[in-house]
Amino acid sequence: MGSTNSTLSKIPNVEELMQETGFTPAHIVRLYDRFEALDKEKTGHLRPQDFGAINRLAMNPIGDRIIGAFFSPGQETVDFHSFVRILAHFRPADKKRPKDPSMPEPVNSRTSKLKFAFQLYDQDKDGKISRAELLQVLRSMLEMQVTEEQLESIADRTIQEADLDKDDAISFEEFRKSLEKVNIDHKMSIRFLR
Amino acid sequence: YFLLNFNPFDNLLCILLGISFTVWFTLLLVFIIVPAIFGVSFGIRQLYMKTLLKIFEWATHRIERGAKDNNHLLYKPYSNAIIAKEPTSLEEEIKEIRRSGSNRDLDHASEFEMSDIFYFCRQGVESIMDDEVTKRFSAEELESWNLLTRSNYNFQHISLRLTVLWGLGVVIRYGFLLPLRVTLAFTGVGLLVVLTSIIGFLPNGSENKPKNGGICVANHTSPIDVIILASDGCYAMVGQIHGGLMGVIQKSMVKACPHIWFERSEVKDRHLVAKRLSDHVEDKTKLPILIFPEGTCINNTSVMMFKKGSFEIGSTVYPVAIKYDPRFGDAFWNSSQFGMVNYLLRMMSSWAIVCSVWYLPPMTREEGEDAVQFANRVKAAIARQGGLVDLLWDGGLKRGKVKDTFKEEQQKLYSKMLVGTQEDRSRS
Repeated sequence: MGSTNSTLSKIPNVEELMQETGFTPAHIVRLYDRFEALDKEKTGHLRPQDFGAINRLAMNPIGDRIIGAFFSPGQETVDFHSFVRILAHFRPADKKRPKDPSMPEPVNSRTSKLKFAFQLYDQDKDGKISRAELLQVLRSMLEMQVTEEQLESIADRTIQEADLDKDDAISFEEFRKSLEKVNIDHKMSIRFLR
Repeated sequence: YFLLNFNPFDNLLCILLGISFTVWFTLLLVFIIVPAIFGVSFGIRQLYMKTLLKIFEWATHRIERGAKDNNHLLYKPYSNAIIAKEPTSLEEEIKEIRRSGSNRDLDHASEFEMSDIFYFCRQGVESIMDDEVTKRFSAEELESWNLLTRSNYNFQHISLRLTVLWGLGVVIRYGFLLPLRVTLAFTGVGLLVVLTSIIGFLPNGSENKPKNGGICVANHTSPIDVIILASDGCYAMVGQIHGGLMGVIQKSMVKACPHIWFERSEVKDRHLVAKRLSDHVEDKTKLPILIFPEGTCINNTSVMMFKKGSFEIGSTVYPVAIKYDPRFGDAFWNSSQFGMVNYLLRMMSSWAIVCSVWYLPPMTREEGEDAVQFANRVKAAIARQGGLVDLLWDGGLKRGKVKDTFKEEQQKLYSKMLVGTQEDRSRS
């Protein structure tokens, strides 16, 4: 742990990171300390096991999926930049930001948050939540508390309600539509102190 | 002619050394060892502590001013979180998400909504950013700076005056306090009276001191806990046989009164351990046993889960709460971070180790209460008295993984929501 400026100077391309994610220097420093605390072997990268050591995460029914979200396909480690970029999804949306179609979508916009949630369901990343994938999520969240039939009926009902083009899967647009009234910003945002 | 010149110098040096040693030892004896043996206090400690606190306040003030002047952000590690966590329950949160998104009546709300996942997702990411357990195992962070480098996070804001003060502090601590304590330690260990860096110590509730045939349980922060309790009463210790210096001390302690030392292999055999403990407590002439049920050192902001072994034996339990004042020096020993020698060095060069000890009224296991419940009851009493947070987590988590039962709890809560709704539907 060190003072704000000395820690910031340890991180390469930190200006770019702050631009991209919208985190303040104070946030970056705290996230860096957290990153270092998780990186027990001081390799500069995190592996899935490092996340697994967080107990509250291990007891989360979809803990494994959340961990998976940090690692791009084929990647076995995540560096500090990627770590921060993923966490940036959970920053509250910037209300003042003007809607500029030429600029890339900010990482904490409503759409980005929805995409993050979508990928938790869509594990094979084919752009659709199939019935099987939905069942898998339900199974993780409920495990031994309900029967297989109950799981299937829940899955059926959900697809029925959300699947508008009747292809027995939920695409991102259908996902977005079914959640249009939910206050995503509130539910998928984490309030950072100062 | 040359020789004549050197001799006076030599003599002078020798005389000076001789005098200083004598003075040193006399002071030591008069002010520390003898009063300690007779339990008399000169009030020097109180004065010392008050002065130190005033100096620390001034130092912190300077740092804050320095930061403001330079318009820098002060890193405040004590605002102990990155994020603000709202303590709502699973049910409340999910209902709220659904309420805002649902097109239908709540009466016919469906059992499962795609948005339910937001709750778990957010919980998960929150725990990645900040979680309670990992915090318990790193040393407690202070708001004011106590002039020890090891607890300073804002180096750049230290003005010249502060640096001088810090330098002075180093000189005092390493040039005076450390040698003082090291000498004491050698004398002390030799006499088996160990009073190293302990300067302040305030016991309360002495009428509840553990009696023979009982078990004394206390929360554990550092090896100093043992010293403190031992200096205020005689106990039988329980622990593994160590090699080296510790082993020698252990063996000599056994000569004075019976302790329970185990071979490493025996520790794993819980029945053997339990038997030896119960044999000991049944013998009313033997001293009360001292046990630390957390199993490991915790950073003194909370009490972790007590292992039930000591509570199964069925004798009277005398709980003791120990709380260190972190302002003067951090007594927490993070054994996975630094070893014994390093730890002792830090202890001896701190300003002081101040701790409060409370002897709580004895407790016994009640009818229909199992060992785990009894352990939790005792733990709650200790936490309450010491002003520590009563946590359910296992001290073994410092190194291990959480059990699957906790995950099941979450699943149960969630399914109750869904399945519960289903029952309502079938009724309507």
